[in-house]
Amino acid sequence: MNTAVTGTATGQESWLALFAERERELANECPWWVHGLRRTALARFAEIGFPTTKIEEWRYTNLAPLTRTVFTAARRPTGHEQLPETWLDGLDAIVVRTVNGYPISGLGQRGLAIRSLRQAWQEQPELVQNHLARYASFDRHAFVALNTAFCEDGLLVEIAPGAVLDKPVLLLHHLTPGGETVASHPRVLVLAGANSQANIVEAWLGPDSAVYLRNSVTELVTGEGAVLEYVRLEMEGDQAYHFGAFHARQGRSSTLAVHTILLGGNLVRSEVGVVLDGEGASATLNGLYVGKGRQHMDNYTTLDHARPHATSLELYKGILDGHSEAVFHGRIIVRPEAQKTDAIQRNKNLLLSRDAVINTKPQLEIYADDVRCTHGATVGQVDADAVFYLRSRGIGHQEARRLLTLAFAQEITDRVQPPALREHLAEELLKRLDDPVGVTP
Amino acid sequence: MLEIRNLHAKAGEKLILRGVNLKVGAGEVHAIMGPNGSGKSTLAQVIAGRDLYEVTEGEILYEGRNLLELSPEERAREGIFLAFQYPVEIPGVSNLYFLRTALNAIRKHRGLEELDVMDFMELVRERVKLLGMNEALLERPVNEGFSGGEKKRNEILQMAVLEPRLAILDETDSGLDIDALKAVAAGINAMRSPERAMIVVTHYQRLLEYVEPDFVHVMADGRIVRSGDKELARELERQGYAWLEEEAALAQENRS
Ligand SMILES: Nc1ncnc2c1ncn2[C@@H]1O[C@H](COP(=O)(O)OP(=O)(O)OP(=O)(O)O)[C@@H](O)[C@H]1O
Ligand SMILES: [Mg+2]
Repeated sequence: MNTAVTGTATGQESWLALFAERERELANECPWWVHGLRRTALARFAEIGFPTTKIEEWRYTNLAPLTRTVFTAARRPTGHEQLPETWLDGLDAIVVRTVNGYPISGLGQRGLAIRSLRQAWQEQPELVQNHLARYASFDRHAFVALNTAFCEDGLLVEIAPGAVLDKPVLLLHHLTPGGETVASHPRVLVLAGANSQANIVEAWLGPDSAVYLRNSVTELVTGEGAVLEYVRLEMEGDQAYHFGAFHARQGRSSTLAVHTILLGGNLVRSEVGVVLDGEGASATLNGLYVGKGRQHMDNYTTLDHARPHATSLELYKGILDGHSEAVFHGRIIVRPEAQKTDAIQRNKNLLLSRDAVINTKPQLEIYADDVRCTHGATVGQVDADAVFYLRSRGIGHQEARRLLTLAFAQEITDRVQPPALREHLAEELLKRLDDPVGVTP
Repeated sequence: MLEIRNLHAKAGEKLILRGVNLKVGAGEVHAIMGPNGSGKSTLAQVIAGRDLYEVTEGEILYEGRNLLELSPEERAREGIFLAFQYPVEIPGVSNLYFLRTALNAIRKHRGLEELDVMDFMELVRERVKLLGMNEALLERPVNEGFSGGEKKRNEILQMAVLEPRLAILDETDSGLDIDALKAVAAGINAMRSPERAMIVVTHYQRLLEYVEPDFVHVMADGRIVRSGDKELARELERQGYAWLEEEAALAQENRS
C-alpha cells in the first residue's frame, strides 16, 4: 500500500478506512473514554475534512498533494530500530525518545516523571482525562482531530510543583518509514506544576527521501508561577509533511517562552497557541523558519489574552532561499476582561532569492480598551552595502552573505535555551543554506 | 604601485568619473581634495571594487596587474584598503569576529597561518591602544550605534590590523574632535612606510598638518584638474574652489 493518487474525497475516506482497520487494536487495553475521544475526533474529521485554501487560516497552504496521498500507520517499534545519531545526542540533557510516536523509554527522577500515555491512562485515568485534548481542540481542526483519533500512545511529562530541573528535558521523536508511506501521530502532554522551572526541547527527526506524514500534537499546562522554556525543533526529512500543533494554557504569573525552529520537511505547518489564562502571565513566542528549494513553511500562532495584566512578546523571523515559500499568520486576541494587556508582535523576513515568497498576516482581535498592542512586519534582502563592506575587508562573497544571514538568525537562536543548542543551530542553519540542492523540481 | 588611466565610470545612467589620471608610487601619500559631488568617493569606491559603478573606459593597474578584473575581496587580499566615508553598520556581527575573519582571510591568501583568538587579541589590543580607542567597541556589533568619530576610528583600527599596501582614506578626518583627529593622524603616520602608499581624501588642510602629503590633487566634475605639492592644499584653504569655475569658463571660451 503505497502512494495512490485519487480524488480528495478518497483521501479523506482512506483515513476513515484506516481507522476502521485499526479500530480493534486501538480499542484494546485502554479505558472506554480514551476510545470514545478517538471516535469523537474521527467523526469530527469525517465531518470537516481537510481544509482548503478557501479557509482564511489555510489560504496560502495548499494541501492537495497531501490529501491525495494514502498513508499507512507507522509501525510500533520493535526496539531494534537503527536510530540516526545527531548532535542532539551530545546535549547534556534528560533524553526520552519516541519512535513512530511510541515511547521507547520512560524516566523518573526527583521532581520529574515521564511516562508513556498508555501507561498513564491505565494508572491515573482521571489525571489524563482532566487534561488530554482539553487544550488542543479538534473541533475545527482536521489535523488535531486525526492525531486524536489515532492517539495510541504518547508521552506524559509531569514536573512536580516547586521542582527546578537542573537539566533540560529532550524529547526526541524519531520516525522509521520502513519503505512505506506512513503517518505517525505523536502526542505529548506536559503538566508543569506551580512554581516549577524547566527547559524542554522537543525535536522531530526523520529520514530524507521518504514521503511520510508526521502529525504531532503537544499540550502544555503551566501552573501558577511556573517558568518554562520550550524549544520546538523541526528537522524532518526533505520529503516530509509535518504538522505540529502546540497548545498551552498558562496559569497566574507563569512565564512561558516557546521557540519554534523550522528547518526540514517539504510541507510544514506549525501552530502555536497560547492562552494566557492567569493574571500577570507572560508569554514569549520566538520563531525561526529557514526554507530553501521548494519547501513550504506555514506558521500560525495564536496568543489569547484571557486575563488582565498579561504580556506577550512575539518575534518570528524567516530566511528563505530558492523557491521556498513561507507564511506567518499571527493572531492576537484580547478578551474583554484582559485589561492592561501588553502585546508586541514582530515578523521579519530575509529573502535570499528572487523566487522565494513570504506571506505575512497579523490578525488582532481586541475587545478590551486599556491595552497596548503593536505589530509590524518587514521583508528584505541581504544588505548590499554590508556585503560590500565585508568584501572590501577581504571576506569572500559567500562568506559575507553567510555572516549576514547568521546575524539575522541570531536574534532568535541566541535566545534559545539551553545555550548549548545555539551554536549547533547556527551550524545546522548554514549547512542547510549551503547545501547545493537548492532547487528541486 | 597604482596607475589610473583615463578612468570613466557611471552609476546607472549618470556619468561620474570623466577621465581620471593618477599615478601613485610606493611610499607616497597623495591627498585628493575637491568640491562636494566632484567624484572623490566614487573614485575610491571604484578602486575598492564597488559594483554600483560601471567602468566604461580607461583602466586601473595595481602593481602591474589589471585591478578591474579582481573582485572586491581579492583586491583587499592583495593589499587594498578603503576607509569608508560612511562606514556601514552591521547588526549581529561582532566587531572582533568581523576583524578576525577579515584578517584570517587575508593571511590565508598570503600563505600565512591563521591567527587564533589569543594571538589575534594581542594584536588588536596593541593597535587599539595606539589609536586611543575604547576597547568596549570591540565587543559591539560592527559600527552599530557608534558615534561618527567612533566609526572613523574603527576604520583606522581595521587598517592598522589588516596592514594594507594601498590605503584609501575617504574623509576619515570629517567629524572628528581634535583629540580624535590627532589619534587618527597618529594611526595613519604609524602606517607610513616605503612599501605602503596612501590616498587621503579630505576637505581640510587640518589633517594635512599632521599627515604631510607628497602630492595634492584637486578633483572637479569627475577629473583631476590640478596637481601640486602640499602648498596647493594651503592655497585651497585660503581661496576655496571659486577659481575652478573661472577656469572652466575659460576652457569653454577657448573651445568655442
Ligand atoms: N550610486 C550612485 N547613483 C547615482 N549617483 C551617484 C551615485 N554615487 C554617486 N553619485 C553621484 O555622483 C556624484 C559624485 O559623488 P561622490 O560621492 O563621488 O562625490 P564626492 O566628491 O565624494 O563628494 P563629497 O565631498 O560630498 O563626499 C554626485 O553627484 C553623486 O550624487
Ligand atoms: Mg565623498
